Amino acid sequence: MKILVCISKTPDTTAKIAFTDNNTKFAEAGVQFILNPYDEWYALVRAIELKEADTSTILHLINVGGADADPIIRKALALGGDEAFRVNSDSRDSFYIASQIAEIAKQNNYDLIFTGKETIDYNGSSVGGMVAELLNLPYISLATKFTLAGTSCTLHREIEGGEEIDEVSLPVVVSCQKGVAEQRIPNMRGIMSARTKPLKVTEPVNADTLTSIDSFELPPPKAGVKLVPADKPEELVRLLHEEAKVF
Amino acid sequence: MSVLIFLDQSDGHVKKNSLEAACYGAKVAELLNTTAEGIILGTINDPASLGKYGLKKIHLVKNESLNNFDDAVFTEVIADAVKKTDAKVIIFSNNFNGKAIAPRLSAKLKAGLVSGALALPELSNGFVVKKNVFSGKAFANVSIKTEIKIISLNANAYKITEGNETAEVSELNVDIPPSKVKVKEVNKIVGEVPLAEAEIVVSGGRGLKGPENWGIVTDLAKALGAATACSRPVSDSDWRPHHEHVGQTGLTIAPNLYIAIGISGAIQHLAGVNRSKKIVVINKDPEAPFFKAADYGIVGDAFEVVPKITEAVKKLKGI
Ligand SMILES: Cc1cc2nc3c(=O)[nH]c(=O)nc-3n(C[C@H](O)[C@H](O)[C@H](O)COP(=O)(O)OP(=O)(O)OC[C@H]3O[C@@H](n4cnc5c(N)ncnc54)[C@H](O)[C@@H]3O)c2cc1C
Ligand SMILES: Nc1ncnc2c1ncn2[C@@H]1O[C@H](COP(=O)(O)O)[C@@H](O)[C@H]1O
Repeated sequence: MKILVCISKTPDTTAKIAFTDNNTKFAEAGVQFILNPYDEWYALVRAIELKEADTSTILHLINVGGADADPIIRKALALGGDEAFRVNSDSRDSFYIASQIAEIAKQNNYDLIFTGKETIDYNGSSVGGMVAELLNLPYISLATKFTLAGTSCTLHREIEGGEEIDEVSLPVVVSCQKGVAEQRIPNMRGIMSARTKPLKVTEPVNADTLTSIDSFELPPPKAGVKLVPADKPEELVRLLHEEAKVF
Repeated sequence: MSVLIFLDQSDGHVKKNSLEAACYGAKVAELLNTTAEGIILGTINDPASLGKYGLKKIHLVKNESLNNFDDAVFTEVIADAVKKTDAKVIIFSNNFNGKAIAPRLSAKLKAGLVSGALALPELSNGFVVKKNVFSGKAFANVSIKTEIKIISLNANAYKITEGNETAEVSELNVDIPPSKVKVKEVNKIVGEVPLAEAEIVVSGGRGLKGPENWGIVTDLAKALGAATACSRPVSDSDWRPHHEHVGQTGLTIAPNLYIAIGISGAIQHLAGVNRSKKIVVINKDPEAPFFKAADYGIVGDAFEVVPKITEAVKKLKGI
């Protein structure tokens, strides 16, 4: 069994969001970068569990990014995983990233490809579906549960007002969210062994970019909260009805 | 050329978020001087009536197998329809199925995708679509550079308006590839307003102390015709079902009104709700961070305040 987990680097959840260069670039100064939470907690941990259940499993990680992504790749290797690929590119276009991942996947014939639900910076929720299409594989998006039985798997996915249970034969691409696994913390042995695990840097293949970000904006500041006294709840209801007009 | 809108259906009805996409698509078509056409996979009641959302034509791909969702099959079918209708802009709702198909179609057609669009495209300088980034803390203006363009529209980002036209309905003959995904079960929670589609959401946090106290939340939600939600520790403790969890690790919502009861307003919670148009916070702690993100607030004990709000709503609505 061969598994590929796609991991990305994102600003920490609590990072201050600001822009430079006439609002065209994210201001990275002073920002701490982390392994994208969905990739770490759900995609990677579920893959590690599968490897623990069947130790012959080969677990690869991939990141499309610059050398500044190496620390988060090492962290992912410390959690688990046998080796990592970094495709050396700073592109942010989902199609370009997916094309690079698909290229590595074609060379290695994975049974399972896991991604996170979305990157918490650009919130595309797109790379997984694109990889699946480029490889002509089935794709289960936003899985909340994944179980393997031989060469097929059962997945739960969220739908409007409920859930769907699907059965698919491998190989398959899955985007993972809450429910698939529980967050783990790397242990000392993992951290030590991660230092010597292979991190292979490859150059990107030619691929198109289909979109580009022209500029960023911050939301207008809130006007401030209008407080209503606790003994006048009917006043709140009046404001919501007459001023905010929400019902 | 045309603007093609994918109308996601369930049990013969087009989902609410797809109706928003239809109205949005009709406006995009108007801006581009062309027509808006809808495509429906599976079986549907009264497709001609969808003309009232501004759609001139409805293309039906009627096949029992399409009542089961498979993003690969849906992508093939829609790609074929794109060719047959000469669509240059394709619009999805950024709902669960939209998130599964739109990226696939983008890769298949090499058509640039903006997922989670918030506004109409800006056409004065190319084709630029505004979307949320950094979990609602900023916006990006994204330029689509390809001839065919795909937009998936965020829930509740565009208002549904109804006219009185009817659409021309025709069946589209396309090959339906075999599915590799077997849908074994579809479990729906009946009788509740689905959180992802709700215009008003009443949400409770750890301040409510325990599941036995949720009556004040559900009573208010019922009076308002709202969906219910909760913070993460609440669903983690199984006080409420997991699908109600909103925030960074849960569902992202953008209702017209979000009422937060006994929730402190941690940044990870806000990430899931800060796109709500109006936010009301009820918390006994005047220093609770949520008040900084709120439009209206009451500093007070939820157990005293909330039932009175419910009474006032009922009185106003005459129920
Ligand atoms: C990486 C990460 C991801 C996370 N993802 C999420 C997420 O997706 N969603 C999420 O919600 N959280 C998430 N969290 C947790 C988040 O940081 C907070 O811990 C959580 O939101 C707190 O929940 P709460 O507001 O219900 O509880 P608390 O923080 O305990 O707040 C309870 C509030 O209730 C008030 N209160 C108490 N009694 C009363 C009363 N009688 N009347 C009125 N008010 C009262 C208190 O003043 C307090 O403000 C995440 C955390 C991390 C680290
Ligand atoms: N640069 C990247 N390198 C590797 N994987 C990525 C990269 N960007 C996104 N992914 C994967 O694709 C998922 C969805 O990302 P996105 O489409 O950007 O929201 C992420 O959770 C990752 O698993």
